[in-house]
Amino acid sequence: MSRLMKRVLPLLAAGLAAVLLAGCERPPVTAVQNGYRGTGMEQVNNPRIDAKTVIANQAPASPAPASGDGPRAGQVYQNVKVLGNLSVGEFTRHMVSITEWVAPKQGCNYCHNPANLADDSKYTKVVARRMIQMTQSVNDKWKTHVGSTGVTCYTCHRGEAVPAEVWFAPPDRKYAANSVMGDLAGQNQASPSVGLSSLPFDPFTPYLKEDKPIRVEGTQALRATGDAFNRTTTKQAEHTFSLMVHMSNSLGVNCTFCHNTRNFQGWDDAPPQRTTAWHGIRMARAVNNEYLEPLTGTFPSNRLGPKGDVAKVNCATCHQGVNKPLLGAQMVKDHPELLAALKPFVSLPAPVDEALRSVLYFGVGSGALEGDQAKGLGQLIASMSSQPRLKATVSGYHSASGELAANQELAKQRAMSVRDALVAAGVQADRVVLEKPLSAEANLAGEDPAARRVSVTLK
Amino acid sequence: MAQFQPLFSIENQNMLTAVQPTGPVHDGPALPLGDWRRSGKPFLIHLLGRIGNAQIGPVYLGGLGVASLVFGTLAFNIIGFNMLASVDWNPLQLIRQLFWLGLEPPPPAFGLSFPPLAQGGWWLIVGFLLTTSMILWWVRTYRRARQLGMGTHIAWAFAAAIWLYLVCGFFRPILMGSWSEAVPFGIFPHLDWVTAISLRYGNLFYNPFHALSIVFLYGSVLLFAMHGATILAVSRFGGEREIEQIIDRGTASERAALFWRWTMGFNATMESIHRWAWWFAVLCPLVGGIGILLTGTVVDNWYLWSMKHGVVPSYPAYWPAGIDPALSMGVKP
Repeated sequence: MSRLMKRVLPLLAAGLAAVLLAGCERPPVTAVQNGYRGTGMEQVNNPRIDAKTVIANQAPASPAPASGDGPRAGQVYQNVKVLGNLSVGEFTRHMVSITEWVAPKQGCNYCHNPANLADDSKYTKVVARRMIQMTQSVNDKWKTHVGSTGVTCYTCHRGEAVPAEVWFAPPDRKYAANSVMGDLAGQNQASPSVGLSSLPFDPFTPYLKEDKPIRVEGTQALRATGDAFNRTTTKQAEHTFSLMVHMSNSLGVNCTFCHNTRNFQGWDDAPPQRTTAWHGIRMARAVNNEYLEPLTGTFPSNRLGPKGDVAKVNCATCHQGVNKPLLGAQMVKDHPELLAALKPFVSLPAPVDEALRSVLYFGVGSGALEGDQAKGLGQLIASMSSQPRLKATVSGYHSASGELAANQELAKQRAMSVRDALVAAGVQADRVVLEKPLSAEANLAGEDPAARRVSVTLK
Repeated sequence: MAQFQPLFSIENQNMLTAVQPTGPVHDGPALPLGDWRRSGKPFLIHLLGRIGNAQIGPVYLGGLGVASLVFGTLAFNIIGFNMLASVDWNPLQLIRQLFWLGLEPPPPAFGLSFPPLAQGGWWLIVGFLLTTSMILWWVRTYRRARQLGMGTHIAWAFAAAIWLYLVCGFFRPILMGSWSEAVPFGIFPHLDWVTAISLRYGNLFYNPFHALSIVFLYGSVLLFAMHGATILAVSRFGGEREIEQIIDRGTASERAALFWRWTMGFNATMESIHRWAWWFAVLCPLVGGIGILLTGTVVDNWYLWSMKHGVVPSYPAYWPAGIDPALSMGVKP
């Protein structure tokens, strides 16, 4: 072999190796066993990539808690539809937080008309309100997926008005119409949505918007006949596979994180994470259909996808490369207003304050005398102290909405609150009679504030 | 016996062909009337001589060869133009995404009917052209071997590969009643199909024919390595003249046989090693094809089939037994 070739060949070999290995991660990687030994159940991690992921997934510090006392936000401000039952302090704290989470650069005016904060003219405010409701619903109704860790606006937004990871229906090929060649069949492109594989590039529309069957495997060893025959095709398996690649990528985990990979469909020998993930698929689907799709008309067209659809969530929207979003940071415990839908704030009618009769009003689901309601007993107490023969008959009522048994208990509690108030004002306990009305239920349907009352009459 | 030798020296490792005899090149034996003339004037390339024979040509094209090339070129081009169309006729994207692009069989709804061109019609046409091309080429290998007075071992080995191709793309789809079950054309697309069919039918790992196929695949590799290494190791004694050594067993053959008898107690012979290699290579696609043919047509879930027949070991529980949330009552959907 000539001397030149001896020099050139190693260089060529090194160059070829560099080209071939360009797409690879640098070793070494760590492997952590997560199943029975010898079954290949392990998680492979690259510590160098993990170090970057950890930095990218830090939760911001929580602001100091605000006092829950004082007037309600719904009393003080106009057009507060979701968070009206917070104190003004809590409400302001939430507004500061949501600005930090979603629009730190743009500030309050990203959603609010500075001339009139109550104005709903900006679409961002309408969307933000709905998103607060969505967050409350996720934390309340999807504990199967989010557990007690829960989510906040920051889980998805990370300081950006539009979360970094959202999905739209993919655009058609430029020359797809009337073209007899180059049918994609929904796949065979280097697609980031499926980890640059050539798998079907839209795993989201069929599974995270529509409710297409994800399971492809048969439940019987041999091919069955008749109705039991599993008609699922190999092509469907490719679609399911694409969803699974998306999940694996979004969470930064291997298949073995959720599956016992010798038997992908088995639940009895699968890691428990699979159950959490199962609920997660349903949660993403519910969020897309109940909260995001209905907002399509609210968004301006520049916020919509190439086919005019609204931005929707998938696993990556929250997870962003880690199996627990924000590495499991317990953000929502410092933001209890996002734990569940708050009771709507409704201002109560002024109490009826007469010499021989009082009517006191109560909040939704509340058995306690709030605000100025106790003052409605003033004239009545004066009458009782001047005329010792009089006895007070106390009857509690509830509104028509809700469960009857719980409501009757609530009506009783309301009556007892009023008795306690009378006793506290110096009336002897034996002069207060609790009388269950013939029907404690209001005649009016729904949540009529006049129905949630206690009436006191002197006899 | 051998004198002292350094532990490792390049001269003693015959990695490239060391001997390259040259002489007047010729066409080979005369062909009978009715056969084509051979095309091309033979010539020598020294570099090729280092890995094979330095002589290039002449090629016997023949009617079968030309027909095979025509069908094959048509198939290749239809696949290529479909790939080009799938990236909106952008040649740069064709190169960049070449491994990702593909030509898919029709969707399941079309069954075994002929679908529109844009929905798998091209796939069906390409399948026909490629199959025709391969079978013509097979006949060509058979006929050329016969013409040279050879056995037809090469043709039958090639037939084993064609069998697997036809099982995946023709026999099994027909038994399943749908072209959609067939393999797409394309580098990654056909690999995705391989994964998908395994996922759909309960893990092909538990298909015993798949296991056998892997045995013959890895076995072929092992046999090839053992044989190649043995011959290279005794080439200093004339071991590369294998065929002569079958009849006239010389010192090369004796040493090679002794080596394996010493190390593992048994040895193949200069002749039988080639039968081993041929059968291993042929059985790999042969049994693999049987495994694919049974998948979906007879067996729907290989894991469950293996459980039923005691092939799958059970392992101690590692997690609390899970319950399918779709079955448990009272769980939010």
